[in-house]
Amino acid sequence: MEKPVLSVENLSLDFHLRTHILHAVRDVSFDLHRGRTLALVGESGSGKSVTARSLMRIVDKPGVMVGGRIILRTQGREVDLAQLASNSPEVRAVRGARIGLIFQEPMSSLSPVHTIGSQIDEVIRLHSGMDKRAARARTVELLGQVEIPNPAEMADRYTFEFSGGMRQRAMIAMALAVNPDILIADEPTTALDVTTQAEILDLIKRLQTERGMAVLLITHDMGVVAEVADDVAVMRFGRIVETGTVDAIFHAPQHAYTQRLLASTLKLEQPADARAEAVITPQPLLTVKGLTKVYGGAKGFLGTKKFALKAVDDVSLVLHAGENLGVVGESGSGKTTLGRLILRIVEPTTGQVLYRQKDGTEIDVTALSKSDLRKFHADVRLIFQDPFASLNPRMTIRQIIGDPLVVEGKLKGKEIEEKVAELLRLVGLSPDVMERYPHAFSGGQRQRIGIARALALDPRIIIADEATSALDVSIRSQILDLLLEIQSRLDLSFIFISHDISVVRYFCDRVAVMHRGKLVEIGPAETICTSPSEDYTRALISAVPNPDPRNKRMLHRTRFSALSTST
Amino acid sequence: MTLTPILDAKLAEDGPAISGLKPGMDPISDAAAGQWTLIWRKFLKQKVALFCGGVILALYLIGAFAEFLAPGLPDTSRAQYTYAPPQSIGFFTPDGQFQLHVKGYKVEIDRAALRRTFVVDDSVIVPVGLFVEGSAYKFWGVFDTNRHLIGPLDPTQTMYLLGADRLGRDLLSRLIYGTRISMSIGLIGVCMSLFLGVVLGSISGYFGGWVDTVIQRIIEVVSAMPTIPLWLGLAAAIPLTWSPLNVYFVITIIVSLLGWTGLAREVRGRFFSLRNEDFVTAAKLDGSSERRVIFRHILPSLTSHILAVVTLAVPSMIIAETSLSFLGVGLKAPVVSWGVLLQDAQNIRSISTAPWLLIWPSLAVVIAVLSFNFFGDGLRDAADPYET
Amino acid sequence: MLNYILKRLVYMIPTLIGMSIISFAIIQLPPGDYLTSLLSTLADGGAPIDPATVERLRSQYGLDQPIWIQYGKWMLGILTRGDFGFSFEWNQPVSEVIWSRMGSTLAISFAALLLVWAVSLPIGIYSAVRRNSIGDHVFTFFGFIGLAVPNFILALTLMYVSFRVFGQSVGGLFSPEYVDAPWSLEKLWDLILHLWIPILVIGMSGTAAMIRILRANLTDELSKPYVTTARAKGLPEYKVIVKYPVRIALNPFVSAIGWVLPELVSGVTITAIVLNLPTAGPLLLRALVAQDMYLAGSFILLLSVLTLVGMLVSDILLALLDPRIRYN
Repeated sequence: MEKPVLSVENLSLDFHLRTHILHAVRDVSFDLHRGRTLALVGESGSGKSVTARSLMRIVDKPGVMVGGRIILRTQGREVDLAQLASNSPEVRAVRGARIGLIFQEPMSSLSPVHTIGSQIDEVIRLHSGMDKRAARARTVELLGQVEIPNPAEMADRYTFEFSGGMRQRAMIAMALAVNPDILIADEPTTALDVTTQAEILDLIKRLQTERGMAVLLITHDMGVVAEVADDVAVMRFGRIVETGTVDAIFHAPQHAYTQRLLASTLKLEQPADARAEAVITPQPLLTVKGLTKVYGGAKGFLGTKKFALKAVDDVSLVLHAGENLGVVGESGSGKTTLGRLILRIVEPTTGQVLYRQKDGTEIDVTALSKSDLRKFHADVRLIFQDPFASLNPRMTIRQIIGDPLVVEGKLKGKEIEEKVAELLRLVGLSPDVMERYPHAFSGGQRQRIGIARALALDPRIIIADEATSALDVSIRSQILDLLLEIQSRLDLSFIFISHDISVVRYFCDRVAVMHRGKLVEIGPAETICTSPSEDYTRALISAVPNPDPRNKRMLHRTRFSALSTST
Repeated sequence: MTLTPILDAKLAEDGPAISGLKPGMDPISDAAAGQWTLIWRKFLKQKVALFCGGVILALYLIGAFAEFLAPGLPDTSRAQYTYAPPQSIGFFTPDGQFQLHVKGYKVEIDRAALRRTFVVDDSVIVPVGLFVEGSAYKFWGVFDTNRHLIGPLDPTQTMYLLGADRLGRDLLSRLIYGTRISMSIGLIGVCMSLFLGVVLGSISGYFGGWVDTVIQRIIEVVSAMPTIPLWLGLAAAIPLTWSPLNVYFVITIIVSLLGWTGLAREVRGRFFSLRNEDFVTAAKLDGSSERRVIFRHILPSLTSHILAVVTLAVPSMIIAETSLSFLGVGLKAPVVSWGVLLQDAQNIRSISTAPWLLIWPSLAVVIAVLSFNFFGDGLRDAADPYET
Repeated sequence: MLNYILKRLVYMIPTLIGMSIISFAIIQLPPGDYLTSLLSTLADGGAPIDPATVERLRSQYGLDQPIWIQYGKWMLGILTRGDFGFSFEWNQPVSEVIWSRMGSTLAISFAALLLVWAVSLPIGIYSAVRRNSIGDHVFTFFGFIGLAVPNFILALTLMYVSFRVFGQSVGGLFSPEYVDAPWSLEKLWDLILHLWIPILVIGMSGTAAMIRILRANLTDELSKPYVTTARAKGLPEYKVIVKYPVRIALNPFVSAIGWVLPELVSGVTITAIVLNLPTAGPLLLRALVAQDMYLAGSFILLLSVLTLVGMLVSDILLALLDPRIRYN
């Protein structure tokens, strides 16, 4: 085999923080080969991003490289980048020219006050010495290559005028402007919708084949790894615990951590075993009828008509007792608004939400008075996405979980404490933690506390809004199992809102698919996930990466024609 | 920091690699530390702010015990000591005996300029002592005494540690009395500002809609107008016949009238951003009433910020009073404030004959303002112990 | 863009009305109405009082009518005839006294604003980029001092220092020998010698504040991903910083004029009183002390309008700098 274009040998990096030194990268070694993709996989805090940045010597303070070599072999020369000063002309000549970089957040990675074109021109002119016009011509050509329509016109637009997918395309154009030998893609699709993700990964693959680049893909998503990687390095706590070809990693993992990571990923590829069959009763627990929410539309300042946005457009569905209903959709599909409309945190424009109370009578939630709404909120609870923002940092765990009980006023002092202890045990935490504050807990533990709070009033329905999205994959499946276990003990129904189709498939009995405020399709989870009837759903499902390199789903996906205009 | 995980336990066979900056250093456990404990710990790390907090405390103590700390009364004038320069305290008399003292003055007539100048006379020793008896006063208006912290042993003799003004009054005594007025105006003014801000802010927040709009526009208008012309305009309307106490209160009101807008804006901004936090939505869904949400969930998150903002508003009050009094439309004699003292240093003639009249009151103003700024900055940095 | 400017202009109208109401309220604050003051002054001067004149003035300013009509008449006079009322102290219309003074106020404020920008921009950038260096600490310390020393104390101190060091008195805009002299290079130099102190004094606290703002904003911007992007392009470090984060941190810097300007105008007022400069300040104080209320109120109104216009300019500058504002 040809010599690797880049070799990293025993790289170590330390972060000198105020209270301690964090050894973020420890003795990391890997090779990048032309035309091949190495995926660096790990959960948050594993040191994968820092590793990638150190290849370009752009690690921010207080990070310090403490050892190792970074050998770059291009244009017939060998350079050890680790030996050079991070701001030396030699290193700068490598950045952007020999190594290109794209990031997770295309919005914040591009300057908000410069046009897209001028930002790309700059790289070209810096490294190739072209004049202004030649550089612009090249920019337009590049934008065309990354499939941006009307490239000449779009080059004069600003970042905020691009959609998320288009921004990432522009970012790719910029990274590839000077034909680098290596492309580093740091979570390039994490902030994007699944269909956009598929297109961006496609694009990277295509450009890689055309140019014979080496790609270093940083990701936490095993599905993406299986779809695009040739080789895999698994990172944990700053070390590479295992390297191998993608097939070896997925089908014969050696390290316990790799096995566990794969197990938690694969587990979500099928329905949970623990899920009890929901009994479909003739009388649904919750009925949503023609629910609509329109934002704007009123006459604006100086008589200009403001743009009206239908966030939720005539959605009707039912939830049965003991059932788990999934609501999936991409960003802007209105799924979160739907959840908030049902709870009336957001007031619906039109439509009805009918709720069948314990005594069998049905009430219309949209017509409830403030005090009746409060009673409804005791029966129907919400679990938030962000486990950090949803707990008041100034209250102890006992106060947070006990707050709904205090407000309800049925229990007093010691009884509340006992109930909180019971709830903590239910969500798998020790009652000893009661006097601690949220800052003492990890993300997964905080989400458990949020669940305990939701359960405090013995609810009948829980609306979980992206409840597992902020968590690493191993924690994610634990939380899902916890919810299922609680459901088997208590009489509960879930409305599970998520952009993650595998999570919904694992957790839900039925799935509703939303697209641009409208309900596209609703049906049993297995049917929706294996043989959906609507085109949009088919495109959505087939764009989900499959964590099996022997069966790449995404590259053979169906495309939904209406999508190409939106990305 | 992290507690023993229960279900996460099987993942935690090793953790991120960490070593201490110094061996044997253990981070303080703060798992069960509440907001104020964390704020206090964070504040303690800021040495400058801490020191300035001490200075502020000292200034208020000086204000509180002005009568005792001042060597004399603020308005005792002695014509023969017009513009007498500062004296310094000596410890040993020429014959080598330990005795606190100041040296006396010798008056020389400058024939050319037709001016009297004071020269230190080494032969005259004025013995000085601590806790001496001097001019009588009613301490805090309650009990009569004539004890002073420092002063000439013989009450008929004089001591001008910071020099004298045009009427031969002791600048040190006047400065100490001025501390009381100037520092208290800052405090009272800020309390009034806070009161105004809270009342109008609550009205604005409670009624919302057009009431909120109107109040916001008023804030905008007031904060867009240049303060000094506005202050001048308001203060000039105070009738000359009013008693010093009335003037004091009206000036405080004027100063706080313009101070509350910044306060209200900041508090309102924080309030609104907190209202959209997930944990506040969670509290509403927990069944809390609007009132409970505000008092139990929003206000506790706001108080530390309000405290910082209020502290940072004090210096502008002090500067406002000083400026107004200096221009002659604020406090007037016989009231003594730093601004009133600076009025004596208004033109280049008096400054060049008696620079101390400018130096010491200015220094007092700058030290007070600087201390409040550093102290408030420290508070603000410590106000949110949860930000990362 | 035009739409945006128009919007800003319309938005200014209620603020203007608010300012005029406050200014009028100040005119009305002192006990007794304007005419009583006028009559007593005239009487003091021993001038004969013509009852017809009194009657004419009374109806012209609507003094016998409700207060809001008086306000209306005052505003109408300003808007239609540029008539701000009558200054009895100067015994001529306010408009004849006020404009030259407003001109010099504007000139000095503008010069101070330029100083604020010219000084705080490089120092702010330096302090943010070399955060916690010795230089940064020195500037931060001086910044705190600049914020803590009131304008008039600084003016007095500089006046004293310049008197001691240069032996010259620094009041006014010109030395006595040049006041009535025709314009010449020497006269210009004399003007500059007299101007540096007031401009330094007025600009001091604004500069200190702007340095702090720029430092804080730039520190935030420096950690944004787009800076890493610029670095990853291979740009030299100074270009990375000047072209991207500094460019973006300029936006709050420009919009900060909104509140720096009222402070500057405030500063000009009090500094001019101390240094005896021919701006609005000394005249305003004199008018207030003499209760020449139409003159005083008009000054307050015009000074407020001056800051408002400054804010409009800053809004427009901001829109020019930031496409996100321009396009919304």
